[in-house]
Amino acid sequence: MKPPPFAYHAPATLAEALDVLAAHGADAKVLAGGQSLIPLLNMRLAEPGHIVDINRVAGLDGVRIVGSEEDAQAPPGGRTGGKGVRVGALARHAAVERSAGVAAVQPLLPAALRHVAHPVIRNRGTVVGSLAHADPAAELPAVLAVLGGTVEAVSAAGRRTIPAADFFTGPLESALRPGELAEAAFFPALPPRTGVAFTETSRRHGDYALAGVAAVVGLDEDLRVSTARVGYLGVAATPLVLDLTPRARQAQDGRPPGAADWSGVAGYVRDHLDPEPDIHAGADYRRHLAGVLTERALRAATADALDRAQTPGVHDEAEW
Amino acid sequence: MEETFEIELTVNGVHRTARAPARRLLSDLLRHDLGLTGTHVGCEHGVCGCCTVLLDGEPVRSCLMLAVTADGHEITTVEGLAGRDGTPSPVQRAFQECHGLQCGYCTPGFLCTVTALLRDNPRPTDEEVLEGISGNLCRCTGYQNIVASVHRAAELLAEEAR
Amino acid sequence: MGGTRVFGEPIPRREDPRLLTGQGRYLDDLGRDALAAAFVRSPHAHARILDIDVTDALDVDGLVAIYTWEDLPGRVAEPLPLLIPHPSLTHGRTAYPLARDVVRHVGEPVAMVVARDRYLAEDAASRIRVDYDPLPAVVGIEEAARAEHLVHDDVPGNVGAVLEQRTGDVDAAIEAAPHVLEFRLDIERSASMPLEGRGVYARWDADDGSLRVYSSTQASTSVRAAIAAKLGLPPGKVEVIAPDVGGGFGVKIVHPWPEEILVPWAARLLDREVKWTEDRREHFVAAAHERGQVQHVRVGFDDEGRVLGLDVRILHDHGAYTPYGVIIPIVTSTQLLGPYKIGAYRAEVVSLYTNTVIVTPYRGAGRPQGVFCMERTMDRIADHLGRDRAAVREVNLIRPDEFPYDQGLTFQDGRPLIYDSGDYPALLARIKELIGWDSFEEERARAAAEGRRIGIGLGCYVEGTGVGPYEGGHVEIDTSGRVHVATGLTSQGQGHETVFAQIAAAELGVPVEDVRVTTGDTRRFGYAVGTFASRAAVMSGNAIALAARKVREKALRIAAEALEADPRDLEITDGVVHVKGDPSAAVPLRTVAVLSNPLRYAFDEEAQRATQFAVGGDATEPPLRGEEPGLEGRDYYSPVRSTFAAGMHAAIVETDPDTAEVRILRYAVVHDCGRLINPRIVEGQIHGGVAQGIGGALYERMVYDESGQLLNASFMDFLMPYATEIPRIETAHLETPSPLNPLGIKGAGEAGVIPVSAVIASAVEDAEGIRVHSMPLSPDDLYRLRRRAERDESLRTRSGARAARERAT
Repeated sequence: MKPPPFAYHAPATLAEALDVLAAHGADAKVLAGGQSLIPLLNMRLAEPGHIVDINRVAGLDGVRIVGSEEDAQAPPGGRTGGKGVRVGALARHAAVERSAGVAAVQPLLPAALRHVAHPVIRNRGTVVGSLAHADPAAELPAVLAVLGGTVEAVSAAGRRTIPAADFFTGPLESALRPGELAEAAFFPALPPRTGVAFTETSRRHGDYALAGVAAVVGLDEDLRVSTARVGYLGVAATPLVLDLTPRARQAQDGRPPGAADWSGVAGYVRDHLDPEPDIHAGADYRRHLAGVLTERALRAATADALDRAQTPGVHDEAEW
Repeated sequence: MEETFEIELTVNGVHRTARAPARRLLSDLLRHDLGLTGTHVGCEHGVCGCCTVLLDGEPVRSCLMLAVTADGHEITTVEGLAGRDGTPSPVQRAFQECHGLQCGYCTPGFLCTVTALLRDNPRPTDEEVLEGISGNLCRCTGYQNIVASVHRAAELLAEEAR
Repeated sequence: MGGTRVFGEPIPRREDPRLLTGQGRYLDDLGRDALAAAFVRSPHAHARILDIDVTDALDVDGLVAIYTWEDLPGRVAEPLPLLIPHPSLTHGRTAYPLARDVVRHVGEPVAMVVARDRYLAEDAASRIRVDYDPLPAVVGIEEAARAEHLVHDDVPGNVGAVLEQRTGDVDAAIEAAPHVLEFRLDIERSASMPLEGRGVYARWDADDGSLRVYSSTQASTSVRAAIAAKLGLPPGKVEVIAPDVGGGFGVKIVHPWPEEILVPWAARLLDREVKWTEDRREHFVAAAHERGQVQHVRVGFDDEGRVLGLDVRILHDHGAYTPYGVIIPIVTSTQLLGPYKIGAYRAEVVSLYTNTVIVTPYRGAGRPQGVFCMERTMDRIADHLGRDRAAVREVNLIRPDEFPYDQGLTFQDGRPLIYDSGDYPALLARIKELIGWDSFEEERARAAAEGRRIGIGLGCYVEGTGVGPYEGGHVEIDTSGRVHVATGLTSQGQGHETVFAQIAAAELGVPVEDVRVTTGDTRRFGYAVGTFASRAAVMSGNAIALAARKVREKALRIAAEALEADPRDLEITDGVVHVKGDPSAAVPLRTVAVLSNPLRYAFDEEAQRATQFAVGGDATEPPLRGEEPGLEGRDYYSPVRSTFAAGMHAAIVETDPDTAEVRILRYAVVHDCGRLINPRIVEGQIHGGVAQGIGGALYERMVYDESGQLLNASFMDFLMPYATEIPRIETAHLETPSPLNPLGIKGAGEAGVIPVSAVIASAVEDAEGIRVHSMPLSPDDLYRLRRRAERDESLRTRSGARAARERAT
């Protein structure tokens, strides 16, 4: 299990990196954290002619809180210029997980990161790399999808911003084109009176999930559920997002949010999923599990939203 | 002939150089080019944790890193955990005291991981210990004595700090 | 015996300082300048090789050689040996070191490449084109039994062996029994999966015509014999050394592996050092697996649950070849009986070929399957009668006054299955107490009130340990007083350097720090059997004790002469021989060592000092006077038959009503392996065994598709437990000494793993009220079981949680 030979490039600047990528197109692979790529090389399941190691490119490791309070009020998907977390291509999982600023602005990110493999892998793996790898069983694609975030792609030809909904095109396939580098990802901030939850079931702690759920629940000023979006991992060829707002309102049905009856939502979810079986679990179980986890995540996200709504300031006055 | 690269590293406080192709894994460079065979290789796909070393102080899988990427960085391997005079570190002592190893193959990876864990969190709870070592496989011990070793190492470190 | 009490003490391990500092020397740590070997392995489960084209590989930089079967000479080209023939193995087949015309499992070696390093060897291997004509693959026990296709053309029905064990008239006994049950059980494949794979490193010394081979093996002396035979070398010209070994658990007892012949052969041919280090993917498809069985059980019993007749038909999957014979079927069919007196018994094991990796012993070696069968049977009987599961076991137990107890069968060593000693009722009482068996219903009720579902399970086993035929020990005291102990069997982490030092120190009366132990090195000890079947402590431990006693006697004889005393008045304390009660009349062992050799060149001060003693002064006698020179001794331990350890495990599990995940809340072990040499090491063996058992019960399986591809050949998908999956294990010991050996000990290496699947099945069944008849059990499996049990009442138990819930509503 040794990597096959390849031509190695270690550009020092983004421009150099883009030149190399432009020159070699689909025959070049970007190496950042390497936690997915190097196993593929070691097993000779990938044999790229060129490896472009971006670890020496300056300025790619930033984790920045960007945007303004007002922008954060924009509807999901429309927040590309809004408040949120911008994660550079070399930012390691661990750095994002440990950032107090990130936790304050978008707590779903650290909540999901805690489920990404193991701490040692997170020391080296990158958030953007996970997204570019586009594994539908991975946590971060589902998070980006449910939050309606974006990926910033750059190539010698220019920059473009790709919404999550367009970014994940299939299992291990993204909208990145040959010659393009995913320079950063943007995770929109959590709006006020909104809560999140991340839950998954895996065979062993740290394994890819059999199914997982990232939930975002927003409350209006009367503490009624105003939005309920759920992102799924492990149940479809790409991260799947369901807008469960009408179902969630039904579940609440005049009760205080903490007392909502979420069981009906689980049934709805099961009817709308068509997972594939694999060696670890069959389709029926995954469908069932997705329903169970949806219920749990919605309950937890609602509790979180309620908590944030009732203790304003604690969560919104995060350090910038 | 495959192109080779001059790779400079600081390993266990010593400046080392080696010439190797870009595809040489850091684990292989340490073991075969530099002769530091304490770092073990158990799966070469990043799951078992035997090859864990400290890269600029942080535990990483040396089988999931090209040696050339590590150029210019500082590496600590199991051979560098003891004091300069050869006194075993508190983590090493604790593993012996608590019978935290059997065949010893996974042990260097655990020692590196735990050394960093206790540096960042000197009094971990049981749960934090489990999370901290959750990426390291051991086929011999059933982990119970490894967990005990981590707690014991925390005690020894605290005693040393006093 | 001298004042150093070390036997039975939990002293720290002698091997740890080097292993903790990166100074261990495992196979791949050796031979830094050796050439590297890599193998082209079959991608097909069953295919005819039409052509091998190496043209593209020839221009790989650093390539040294490529070999296929055609290149192999003489005995190297012959099929590998069938190690353990048995009358029942009527159709034993072994592989060629490199495939000859047909490959029979994915991973079978087809060509060997030698190159400057492993990277280049893999480059060349990837460029060798092998043209295959695929043949139908036989995968899975049932397909093998249907025999629509054959793994070997000349093995009808895919049947390698039919093994029968019987006592009494089982048909009549079952016929006459008041109650009869029939059911089927399934166990899937797992594997030893040590974190260090296999590996071989060979150096040929052309000047000396000798070969030195290092192998990550559990049997270095036998590897030596195999290499010597295959390469036509005198045994004295072959040395085999097992260096530090990163875990074995059974898989490294197989020998010779093809690589153990091919690498030394290539090293001699090329006159270059050659090394092969198995990588993880190779280990999955080219080493060995174990466990896969289907069991059909018919049992007759009385109203108390006493088993009157037990009839078991087992289909055993042994993979593509049978180098290790029918050891696993023998062990399953004999150890199945456990601590029980079974009226009449018949076990028929049909051992079947499949186009999958070979099956050879993995820790437990057939016992986990046998125990699963018996313990599931006990639970079925209890459920049928509505009796307590522990009570049903109790009525079947062999009583303490019935030892030695003859089960009337033949064990794996070819000797009668006679249990030497034990106290099974005491074990049962102790495990019930430890886990809180009798108060569990209250605990269940408390959990149920919180909406939690918990269950309790129990499993009992007897383990034949320390099988013969023999092991040897050599003990030598040098002129600086250091004690050198050697035994031929090997170590893979069991702490032999420590426990053997404890034994030698205790026997000799020397500080344990003065003892150095060497294992698995044919240069130090040439005759050995190997490390398997929980035999190392019993076999080599006793051999070393016997050798140490010889040395002690010799030391006392020599010292007596020097001190002009009667040897019977002497004892050894802290390395000094002295007159009992008079420490002033003393001579240190290091001086005795000098005196033991009439040749007194004064190489050291000790030799100079020794001249004060006038030994051998009688001019009428030859200087040696019937003694061999040197303060050393060698002895062998060869038992009449195995000794039988026993234990009982219990667990409390929680099952998630929604996700069907199983969590082990508590796990308790009561264990009896006779006298403990080092309790801490025994404890460690149990912890590790239980963890492997939990892996086998809840996580690990080998997933083959119908074409014979192993779909989970990586640590990503073969789910060995991490720390997060293993509960704390509570242990207690009984010590019933074995009457069979001088130290009164029994083996402990496999104990932890044996009953775990049975215990977890019992506990999950209890929590769920659904019959658990196959292992491992994933959340998906449990989910599907629940669904089926909703529709099928026969899958539901009468007692346990569900029954309680149903009674409540």
